[in-house]
Amino acid sequence: MAEEVKLFGKWASPFCCRIEVALKLKGVEYEYIEEDMLNKSPALLNYNPVHKKIPVLVHNGKPIAESLVIMEYIDETWKHNPILPIDPFEKAMARFWAKFIDDKFWALWPGVKKAITSSGEKEREEGIEEAQLHLNALETQLKEKKFFGGEKLGFVEISASLLIWIVVFQEVMGVEILTQEKFPALHKLTQKFVDDDVFKQCVPPWEPLVAYFKAQWGTLAASK
Amino acid sequence: MAEEIILLDLWASMLGMRVRVALAEKGLKYEYREQDLRDKSPLLLEMNPVHKKIPVLIHNGKPICESLIIVQYIDEVWYNKSPLLPSDPYKRAQARFWADYTDKLYELGRQLWLTKGEEQETAKKGFMECLKLLEGELGDKPYFGGENFGFLDVALVTFSCWFFAYESFGNFSVEAECPKLVAWSKRCMEKDSVSSSLEDPLKIHGFVIMMRKELGVE
Repeated sequence: MAEEVKLFGKWASPFCCRIEVALKLKGVEYEYIEEDMLNKSPALLNYNPVHKKIPVLVHNGKPIAESLVIMEYIDETWKHNPILPIDPFEKAMARFWAKFIDDKFWALWPGVKKAITSSGEKEREEGIEEAQLHLNALETQLKEKKFFGGEKLGFVEISASLLIWIVVFQEVMGVEILTQEKFPALHKLTQKFVDDDVFKQCVPPWEPLVAYFKAQWGTLAASK
Repeated sequence: MAEEIILLDLWASMLGMRVRVALAEKGLKYEYREQDLRDKSPLLLEMNPVHKKIPVLIHNGKPICESLIIVQYIDEVWYNKSPLLPSDPYKRAQARFWADYTDKLYELGRQLWLTKGEEQETAKKGFMECLKLLEGELGDKPYFGGENFGFLDVALVTFSCWFFAYESFGNFSVEAECPKLVAWSKRCMEKDSVSSSLEDPLKIHGFVIMMRKELGVE
């Protein structure tokens, strides 16, 4: 039976980018369906009734949601070019760090939001400091880890690609949060993504991405 | 080489209980070390420097943290007995998706006994919504894993010994809202691995009373 692989996504979403990277690394052909998150399609609501979010991978009619779950599914279904290590302990470590990255990303978001939407300089500074606290946690942990050393990009690196979005946020805000001097390991990592052939195909084009978030947050700041 | 398995845990933790159930399912001998989270042991801080939380499984000196990650690890290392995750990738993805979803119950449950008034009502509503959705996922199957007790069963069943505490402080009945789920939890309790790993609901209730006092919740 011919494989039918569909990805419901949003071009500007770092979580969708992960899935596209995973699919491209495996050489899986797929149909990409862009979702308007303000006007969700009946298909999306049918495939992800619990969270109603993207990304959703639909493989031969069967839906899988949550980016890390999808990535494991992709790795288990298309077994060549493994993304996760084979050894159970190394696999557990990969899962742990991917989850850690996700948790920190969501944790730093309120700080970023505060910095964007606040009218006062003091509040803005506070927001940046809050966000940097979580970046610090990431920097400290990632600095000591070996998985960024090799040429191969695996589960953790693919998960960490959402750090590029922090660099986007910086440009939108006109403020540097992820500075090279404060966060050398993270900075190096974001460069690695930008230079990688597969990531280059999946990461959205820079200017439109910056413009998109500027427009989004213009709305956020205005609504305050 | 002899296996050395140590579990750093807190007796009342439903997350720690998940690991105990998984270890029991696999028939594994291990050393249980009760942790005092107000005075964290050097071992805990060494083995989980990132989160400094329990549970932590130490297998031949190597630590694994985060309850669902630990359960998967146990399932993968001791794969030839009582498999918890199915072999089909799609079914595995579904089990993982829903197991992650059950983690929501932890924070919602906490809010149930930590807060009052409107905050508590919101937590209660969220908590019941989650349980109802999970009950829907169970359907008419004996277990979430189908005919066999599986990963999602492990993830959720440990919350059942906390139901009495949640109900008392939240003033509601899980059985009234989700009878199938309660029936499922009783079915799970017939298994030795579950009944020997879950704590007495009355003791959990006592634990919550103590925690509320300590945290100054009236």
